Amino acid sequence: MSGLEDLYREIILDHYRNPRNRGELESPPAHRAEGFNPLCGDEIVLHVLLDDDGVIDDIKIGGQGCSISQSSASMMSAAVKGKTIEEARNLTATFKAMMSIHETEIGGDGSEAEADEPVTADLPLGDLEALRGVVKFPVRIKCATLSWNTLSQAFDELAAEATG
Amino acid sequence: MTSSERPTGDQAELDVAAIRKDFPLLHQEQEGKRLVFLDSAASSQRPVHVVEAMSEFYYTSYANVHRGVYRVAERATNRFEQARATVARFIGAGSAAEVVFTKNATEAINLVAGSWGKTNLGPGDAIVLTILEHHANIVPWQMLAAERGFEIRWIPATDDGRLDLSDLDRLVDGAKLVAFTSMSNVTGSITAAEQIIAAAKAAGALTLVDACQSVPHLPTDVTELGADFVTFSGHKMLGPTGIGILWARAELLEAMPPFLGGGGMILNVTTDGFLPDAPPARFEAGTPPIAEAIGLAAAIDYLESVGMEAIRRHEVALTAYALRKLSTELGDSLTIHGPSEPAARGGVLSLELHGVHAHDVSQVLDEHAVCIRPGHHCAKPLMKHLGVPATARASFYLYNDTDDADALAEALVAARDFFAL
Ligand SMILES: Cc1ncc(COP(=O)(O)O)c(C=O)c1O
Repeated sequence: MSGLEDLYREIILDHYRNPRNRGELESPPAHRAEGFNPLCGDEIVLHVLLDDDGVIDDIKIGGQGCSISQSSASMMSAAVKGKTIEEARNLTATFKAMMSIHETEIGGDGSEAEADEPVTADLPLGDLEALRGVVKFPVRIKCATLSWNTLSQAFDELAAEATG
Repeated sequence: MTSSERPTGDQAELDVAAIRKDFPLLHQEQEGKRLVFLDSAASSQRPVHVVEAMSEFYYTSYANVHRGVYRVAERATNRFEQARATVARFIGAGSAAEVVFTKNATEAINLVAGSWGKTNLGPGDAIVLTILEHHANIVPWQMLAAERGFEIRWIPATDDGRLDLSDLDRLVDGAKLVAFTSMSNVTGSITAAEQIIAAAKAAGALTLVDACQSVPHLPTDVTELGADFVTFSGHKMLGPTGIGILWARAELLEAMPPFLGGGGMILNVTTDGFLPDAPPARFEAGTPPIAEAIGLAAAIDYLESVGMEAIRRHEVALTAYALRKLSTELGDSLTIHGPSEPAARGGVLSLELHGVHAHDVSQVLDEHAVCIRPGHHCAKPLMKHLGVPATARASFYLYNDTDDADALAEALVAARDFFAL
């Protein structure tokens, strides 16, 4: 099962079994965003609390999903906590670049083909590197990116609220 | 027919080895392992007979239907209409004119909603659906309800994924339509169609039966059933994709306005308007799925040569075996949703391996060349009722045997052990 071990690295299973930042925040003041993976029914409920300087003061993850979507969400929450929105967006771009390279090679379905977006960051991904194996399992890329897309959606909603 | 001979007779035991010979896709190996295809509830595989019937038609008799006077076109039209007659006979329809070819079951249900529903449902009206429904039998009605403002009532489900009919009479009271599945694509539960239809009739409501999961696996007689509309898809019954069926009672079709407009569905068109043709042409705008109809008829010939009764007996026996095998091998670590009694269900097993998400289960099973489907199976209200975000669904057909059930059990044990906490 070498292929499987590539996908399910120990650190992924650890985050799946012991998810970080699991739970909810009061909303408002926190912003709540929901993401769905219509393919497999996974759901992510994200609560983000920003401080006055636009720094992610706290983040909580709810919902259910497979080990890939749940561990990715857990690692993401740990990685973006204490970061500014811009830093979190750059990290998102870096993570998605890691996910997308192979996707464009296999001529993915386009919905996540953001590889040609100007990638503004090549930040160190730390634990998140463990998810690199996912690109070999194209149908699972959507699982890995669900929480990140939901985070981007939260930021977009916050920006829309601020201007509207 | 140049392919291997069809298995014959309505024998008690299917000769699965002979049947499998007719399905080339099943002969392949995946990394040295025998391919175990357990996803027929989503779409079946097809025998060489179907593919060959379609290519023979394309190579010798293809032309657009209902238009040409040249002989090839006449032959194509005849073959196409023969296919309609084959479908009609297979499901016990009163006449071939009651059989409308659509793109799939989803389009067939949308046709009923868009034609019958649009003219018969409005504010103050109600229809009844069930919690077991596939989204194909929910969303078209929700779309129409949003436009026309009628009420949708829901027949609830029991904990084991059957319909709870204890409040049936009250639910159907005053309703204009009761639309329900004959067999759940999630729990395999076979619904009490006769009881629901009788209650609907008593209340003056029409009935639509989403027979997608039952027509491929159980003998079907729409006339005996007494429903008003029956819908199903060709691709789940050994036929090609791109063809589905709406059967409806002739009087209903006669009274219904067209669904899609275009060529093939009119008697006359002037700058002032159009005169629609009679059914079934009225509901078949544009060039229909011609070769697909030929393929579907070949699939029906194949199913009949094996025998629908024999297929059902085989699947009940195999499901009983699989239920036993899985509970022996996996015990408390596995929940199998749906009725525990094999005779009350089809060969559809929705599995929940505790502590392991369905998506992860399917990933491990793929390493064992076992093809199953994770997800909500387009039945989110039912998943919510069962309290699971997703299940891993294994489904059987005439080409599956106990070796497949054993491979499933073995792969599930491996998945459990791989993710063991
Ligand atoms: C019960 C049921 N209804 C409807 C459908 C929709 O069939 P199709 O996608 O062929 O239109 C399916 C197939 O997934 C089904 O299982």
